[in-house]
Amino acid sequence: MTRAAFLLLTVVSAGVAASAADIPLGERKSGYDFMAPETRAMQDDDTANPAMLWVLDGETLWQRREGSAGKSCADCHGDARTSMKGVAARYPAFNAARARPVDLGERINICRTEQQRATPLAFESKELLALAAYIGQQSRGMPIEIADDARMRPFLQAGQDMFTGRQGQLNLSCAQCHDDNWGQKLAGAAIPQGHPTGYPLYRLEWQTLGSLQRRLRNCLFGMRAVSYPYGAPDYINLELYLMWRARGMRVETPAVRP
Amino acid sequence: MLAAAIASFADDATSQEQVRPYTVIGDAIPESLTGAKGDAERGRGIVVNRQVGLCLLCHSGPFPEEKFQGTLAPDLKGTGARWSEGQLRLRIVDASRLNPNTIMPPYYRTEGLTRVAPAYQGKPVLSAEQIEDVVAYLATLRDERAP
Ligand code: HEC
Ligand code: HEC
Repeated sequence: MTRAAFLLLTVVSAGVAASAADIPLGERKSGYDFMAPETRAMQDDDTANPAMLWVLDGETLWQRREGSAGKSCADCHGDARTSMKGVAARYPAFNAARARPVDLGERINICRTEQQRATPLAFESKELLALAAYIGQQSRGMPIEIADDARMRPFLQAGQDMFTGRQGQLNLSCAQCHDDNWGQKLAGAAIPQGHPTGYPLYRLEWQTLGSLQRRLRNCLFGMRAVSYPYGAPDYINLELYLMWRARGMRVETPAVRP
Repeated sequence: MLAAAIASFADDATSQEQVRPYTVIGDAIPESLTGAKGDAERGRGIVVNRQVGLCLLCHSGPFPEEKFQGTLAPDLKGTGARWSEGQLRLRIVDASRLNPNTIMPPYYRTEGLTRVAPAYQGKPVLSAEQIEDVVAYLATLRDERAP
């Protein structure tokens, strides 16, 4: 193998370049680890976890025939407990027809419009969150594994640039809080490392289930930065980078957060 | 009346003024941004307000009544003993002139920022008057010991 080819391979397998401030893989912690014991107990016990109501709805929706094709998710995919196992752990995934990655919510809507011939579900709607929570639950405990091949790299890089660049009136970057200052208190609240391990999740502050995009808007709002419209490619890139940053960590969906 | 209420709400969210020129000498801005001395009591109100000063997101300080304070930055007690008013002014106006990697937001700068939310575009975080009030307040924090 020529030296150039070898170098190229190394770069490909390393995904995006790790920066000096990256958290060492072994020191990564889920948001769960920063929570009070009562909140952890809520997530640990399915009968106390309010997000399980959405999972139950999702299970019903999985079976329901929709759209002019009159097909349910189950008609194509069968039992979600086997066919959807591990799926959420590898999203956002590359979509060849679109030549870009799509996240799980967008993937669900692609099936709705193209297979079921139904209208897409609105972002943050009860139905979309319920299906995403139900599908996500099938990957609980499995390690996050994002494809970081040549097709994905430009999107990963864009997500990393957004994570490390300063933005907003307060001139902060995501990395300043989540890489450099995790574990510190921001106005009394612990700053987590910002891993997307539990979405969609029940946030006590929201009093409802919400997507990762909704969570990202909360941080952007705090930074006094422009928030993108739901579904914007910028969010998908950022979600992709966050999932890559959390590679190997366990899926907790549907989690609970303060 | 409704229009007036909305206008005043917009007014106190951020200042409407442009950034005025100032002169940095060494690590300080010796001259008041407004030409007048600030009001320390108003300054305290700005520092503890989580929508206006935002200081306690990151800093702690001698505010026993404030339950939720930050640990990302030095405690504010004793800052008046450590720094002159001019030094405090520069640290609030634009701390990145002293430490390019600082996490402390530039409170009186509108240039060189990216993706600022529309409501805040072209506006500094605090007005010149508010900065003078904060400087006047910090200058009174002369006790380095715990409150
Ligand atoms: C000034 C600090 C700060 C900045 C800047 C910031 N965040 Fe956060 N972030 C927080 C805090 C604090 C929380 C936890 C809030 C809570 O749970 O009450 C959080 C939570 C999160 C979570 C949820 C983690 C979980 O366990 O569910 C994600 C994901 C996240 N942030 C990503 C980002 C991204 C991406 C950016 C930049 C676009 C960003 N943050 C910018 C402070 C910050
Ligand atoms: C997002 C975080 C953040 C916010 C918000 C913030 N600061 Fe700071 N501040 C810092 C950090 C970090 C330092 C340490 C020096 C550095 O990194 O530049 C600092 C340093 C200072 C210093 C010098 C302290 C010393 O003893 O060396 C003063 C004074 C100060 N800040 C005042 C304020 C005031 C007043 C406000 C609000 C109007 C404020 N800060 C808001 C993060 C912040």
